[in-house]
Amino acid sequence: MKKILIKEEYCMGCRLCEVYCLVQHSKTKNIIKAYKGEYPKPVSRIIIEEKGYESFALQCRHCEDAPCLEACITGALYRDKDTGAVLCNENKCVGCWMCIMVCPFGVISRDSEGKKIASKCDLCMDEEIPVCVKNCPNEAIICTEEER
Amino acid sequence: MAKRPAPTEFVIVRDDEKCIACQACVRTCSNDAHSYDPEDDTVVSDNAKCVGCHFCETICPTDAITIKRNPSDFKLNANWNAQVITDITKQAETGGVLLTGMGCDKPYPIYWDHILLNASQVTNPSIDPLREPMELRTYIGRKPDKIQLTAHSPQSAEKSKTPSAKDYQLSTNLSPQLKLETPIMFSAMSYGSISLNACTSIARAAKEAGIFYNTGEGGLHKDLYEFAPNTIVQVASGRFGVHREYLEAGAAIEIKIGQGAKPGIGGHLPGEKVSEEISRTRMIPEGTDALSPAPHHDIYSIEDLRQLIYALKEATRYKKPVGVKISAVHNVAPIASGIVRAGADFVAIDGLRGGTGAAPKATRDNVGIPIELAVAVVDARLREEGIRNQSSLIAAGGFRNSADIIKAIALGADAVYIGTAALVAMGCSLCQRCYTGKCNWGIATQDPYLTKRLNPNIGTRRLVNLLRAWSLEIKEMLGGMGINAIESLRGNREQLRGIGLSDTELKLLGIKPAGEAW
Repeated sequence: MKKILIKEEYCMGCRLCEVYCLVQHSKTKNIIKAYKGEYPKPVSRIIIEEKGYESFALQCRHCEDAPCLEACITGALYRDKDTGAVLCNENKCVGCWMCIMVCPFGVISRDSEGKKIASKCDLCMDEEIPVCVKNCPNEAIICTEEER
Repeated sequence: MAKRPAPTEFVIVRDDEKCIACQACVRTCSNDAHSYDPEDDTVVSDNAKCVGCHFCETICPTDAITIKRNPSDFKLNANWNAQVITDITKQAETGGVLLTGMGCDKPYPIYWDHILLNASQVTNPSIDPLREPMELRTYIGRKPDKIQLTAHSPQSAEKSKTPSAKDYQLSTNLSPQLKLETPIMFSAMSYGSISLNACTSIARAAKEAGIFYNTGEGGLHKDLYEFAPNTIVQVASGRFGVHREYLEAGAAIEIKIGQGAKPGIGGHLPGEKVSEEISRTRMIPEGTDALSPAPHHDIYSIEDLRQLIYALKEATRYKKPVGVKISAVHNVAPIASGIVRAGADFVAIDGLRGGTGAAPKATRDNVGIPIELAVAVVDARLREEGIRNQSSLIAAGGFRNSADIIKAIALGADAVYIGTAALVAMGCSLCQRCYTGKCNWGIATQDPYLTKRLNPNIGTRRLVNLLRAWSLEIKEMLGGMGINAIESLRGNREQLRGIGLSDTELKLLGIKPAGEAW
């Protein structure tokens, strides 16, 4: 499965990964419309953590023993059989946000406008490489293939 | 009026239709030229702070930013142009020496653009570099006056009807040489003037491409010792970072007498750029200006230089080439001759358009001569005196592309140093503000926020790409001339013709005018 590795020594905190993730998960997939036109406003699934001059991009680690899977009351969060990634079926999500409470990395965000959880990194299944990796200007996040 | 600040140089043009207020520009501009207004959810720009580095323009995801020169014009005046008026205004305001970075930007003639190369047509065939072997390998160092071959045994040489190389062996002792896969090296850029990530990119690229890079006068950072076999260590007037391991690590030693951007004065690293790491590598206190003295205080004559050259050779057991770097000045030919006779294994000459991290603007723009003329006169003089083989000649100072390099070699250089071109490959856009230590590209800065931006993996890749591209172009041009080894072009002025040059310039360069045959 695709695994995203962080190279925090090269992250400059520009947050372009957040921009492109947001666009990828928007309805129109057009950067200007996603930011200016859409309601509810799409949410980025990748978050930049920073302190001082250190920063890095953090997204769902698709844990082998994922606490969010166990916490989900409706079964909206499920593990994809082929890739092993933890994905969210938004139609089943009721917005109880227990997954957000239990996530040890804090990488699930609340989608307040849509009243559901939004940012479950889905490893951009439809794309060859995740858009955050593709668009990082300094190669601070890289993607590798790992055997499941 | 009491105060009159200098006019703004650049205008940031933001297309509000395209701007999504993602704030990437706000976050990444080291000069704080952009700011976010949360009330209106817009990004606004302060033109006065923009230095024209184009980082925001490059990083903007919607191409909403364009940087333009400030169209606010003075009345047209060929003599008192905007630059002159601005400089006087700044000096009246501050009373200080105007500092600047990178190389001379004045419109002096660029002789490379007046020199044309030859190609083979009919009289001898061109060589196709993609189908036939082409030799770009270059050796830097003292070449012997003559070489002696002795037969392995007298009988075998006599008996053999067709004597061949394997019957003989070289009995001359050769001086130590540097082996380059292509006649291009990275110029001296000190750790201090540029960041460690930039130095690392350059060191790795030198190793990958099989060439050398120069430490400059900043000493050698401990993390870069692994690239020692590809390093030329510099001993400059401040002797920063010069200690035993340093001299033993280098593949060659270069004594820096001068630098093309500021002949006659020493290096200058402003205190803002002297961080803890720099202080440790250079062996100076943190935060102090690192001002190298103008002369080496132990070199006041050519005999003193000879003394230092041989002191370094003794200290390193004659195992590595020891050379000298000078600026191209009016008397560069006799000076170079003296240096060769003083025992230098190579002479590096840095011309008027050489770059720097910080130099007084008046010196950078007015002192020195272009490298084109310097290489030509030095090569001619050394050949005249019969000592051309004793030192290799390395040319530096504003090489912009492979054509400039091949012309320099045809004028007599053994190899060239590239500095500015390497930095441009890594992102530099020549805003000339290196001395502020706020380089947005992470090159000419020590600020950890900014140095992160230069990923050595990317930097190395881009430098190796540049070298590869230029080497292929050089091979194309060589092949076009019907030559398959760079050695055959060295000093071969018959392959050059001048265009739009006066008789004196043609004489100095030693080339014929375009249109004239053999």
